[in-house]
Amino acid sequence: MNIHKIADHLNALADNSETGMVFDCQPISGEVDVLQITVEGREELPIFVSVTDDQILCITYLWGSNEVKEDKVADMHTSMLEMSIPMPLSSFSKIGDKYVIFGALSISSTFDDIEHELAVLSNNAIEIIDDMSDYLV
Amino acid sequence: MSIFKKIMTAIRGGATEVGEAIVDSNGTRIFEQEIRDSEHHLTKAKRDLTNVMAQQMAASREVERLQREVTEHEGYAAQALEKGDESLALAVAEKIAGLETELSSQQQALTSFETNANRLKELVRKSERQIQEYKRQLSMVKTTESVQKATSAITDNFSSSNSKLLNAKDSLERIKAKQQQFDDKMKAAEVLEAETGDSSLEAQLKAAGIGAADNNASSVLDRIKAKQNKG
Repeated sequence: MNIHKIADHLNALADNSETGMVFDCQPISGEVDVLQITVEGREELPIFVSVTDDQILCITYLWGSNEVKEDKVADMHTSMLEMSIPMPLSSFSKIGDKYVIFGALSISSTFDDIEHELAVLSNNAIEIIDDMSDYLV
Repeated sequence: MSIFKKIMTAIRGGATEVGEAIVDSNGTRIFEQEIRDSEHHLTKAKRDLTNVMAQQMAASREVERLQREVTEHEGYAAQALEKGDESLALAVAEKIAGLETELSSQQQALTSFETNANRLKELVRKSERQIQEYKRQLSMVKTTESVQKATSAITDNFSSSNSKLLNAKDSLERIKAKQQQFDDKMKAAEVLEAETGDSSLEAQLKAAGIGAADNNASSVLDRIKAKQNKG
């Protein structure tokens, strides 16, 4: 599995995705190849996919540390920890000063698995920003 | 230091900066080489184990054979004694003594093979666990590095395309607005569908001569004529 195969598959889906979402894929070249995937209507929250030796990582940036109300950081962290298990397929992390939501799939996942993962990740991202908005400026 | 601690320290220490690595690539290569070496040793240990186990089986068969022969010759010696042939019995006894010496040396060999086999089995188990652990650690380092590199590619892409990540709440508002717009469009389409449905029904009624008739010239003329007749 590599990002080009994933891009080809998602682009070929067009309007016929299992999830009803329309994906647009844009490869970003760099030391590690990254695929930027946008869901139609949700262009503000792109998903970044990279493939390593043993897993496929799907990451969505949520918000920066500077967007968190100063007196709410600890409460927000607790809420995020508490939400991590109930939230299907996705977990929280922090990359640099950005909070992210991510899902990791086995390298041997099928295209259907990946499509499902992307749809769930996108839904989770929107829902979690909504739920956590009290902590954000 | 555990690999978890190393990664944590590196991230905390700001190794997230572009170009800085958790473990330098040379370190990763050495680690990969160590894994390959361990796997090589493991293969050798497994081959040794096979040999030792084969020797162990041969020794065990030999021990059984010697034990059988000792019992057999003890029987012969007893029979010779019953027949009063002391010298024959002595000859058999000598043979038994020889067999017993051989038996004891075979038993010693068997014990040493068994010890060896057990030691090798334990070594193989340990090596296998160690390799699994190395691989897990290497995967953690590689994943962290890959995410860092991916992040720097994403950041570069954002800065080069002059677009930047929006504030999360703004993004959410925009997405919700788009969703609302989409829903509104769907609703409007439904309403429109219903209206055009109505008008087509009207047309059908009119065609059938039911409902309000059109104001045409002849009906207007009829109306005027009726007024004149009254006056």
